[in-house]
Amino acid sequence: MAAQVLDVGFHVLAVDDSLVDRKLIERLLKTSAYQVTVVDSGIKALEFLGLLDEEKEISGSNHQQVVEVNLIITDYSMPGMTGYDLLRKVKESSYLKDIPVVIMSSENIPSRINRCLEEGADDFFLKPVKQSDVNKLIPLVPNSFTGKPIKNHEQQQIFSSSTCKRKQHTDEYLSPTLRRKRYNQIFS
Amino acid sequence: MEVGQLQRSFVEFTESLFREGFLDAQFCQLQQLQDENNPDFVIEVVSLFFEDSEKLLNDLTRALDQQDVDFKKVDACVHQLKGSSSSIGAERVKNACIAFRNFCDELNIDACLRCLQHVKQEYLLVKNKLETLFRLEQQILAAGGAIPMVE
Repeated sequence: MAAQVLDVGFHVLAVDDSLVDRKLIERLLKTSAYQVTVVDSGIKALEFLGLLDEEKEISGSNHQQVVEVNLIITDYSMPGMTGYDLLRKVKESSYLKDIPVVIMSSENIPSRINRCLEEGADDFFLKPVKQSDVNKLIPLVPNSFTGKPIKNHEQQQIFSSSTCKRKQHTDEYLSPTLRRKRYNQIFS
Repeated sequence: MEVGQLQRSFVEFTESLFREGFLDAQFCQLQQLQDENNPDFVIEVVSLFFEDSEKLLNDLTRALDQQDVDFKKVDACVHQLKGSSSSIGAERVKNACIAFRNFCDELNIDACLRCLQHVKQEYLLVKNKLETLFRLEQQILAAGGAIPMVE
């Protein structure tokens, strides 16, 4: 059976080991109406992108649904695999290397920023992340997602190969929706 | 208390939180992310912050209580706490964490213990303030009023 490509709109994969920051980045990205998947580590990001099981081909035995990732935004300082390590793995991969990657960090260290940009990061956000930062992602969204006519032919060429096909995962990778808590339950 | 009075208390209280440095502009970012489709966003993020902070403060207490203090671990915990307090706009907690990290670099246990006390104090203060703020909001809504926007 052939893999089906699901059309989910502009899909951002956010990576951060901080619970609070995951909640914040998810909400910020959703204000731009992006499809968002949030994971808490570089390893989980690689798994989601299909990089960990590159050897195992997508087998024809099941219906494999494929979801594209159009942008990766990752924290820099994470235990185990840093955002920089993740950036390198993505840029080293033949089929993921054109996906734009944005790094976030709470520390304003020019050498760190330069290293990331040199490795191919498209932007670097200083934490805490704000709406104005997320608005900077807009130029990275191809016109095909916004329904507008394509103005820049060159831009379209860059992004046409920037999609990554990987297996769809279960809810494990979707950010947990918090139950709405009533005020008095929180403070009991 | 009637709605107008509640709303005035709310505005005064909110303004004092910013004036006294408990909260900074990042908290406004959180408020702007709250809307009809995400009506509990601020409380949800702040609750995560409380959960996260309490765990980190416990970890820090334990780490500084060891025979051989692992300053790398202490620094990592403070870094995390600094990050999450910064993300929600808890300015005084964030600043207390910045000072704390400097003493971690110096491997100064006594100073670190003092810093931990200070961070705990600031955390409890802001927690109390935020709980009061949320209670005021609830009272306004229960009285049929709308939450005023505070610049």
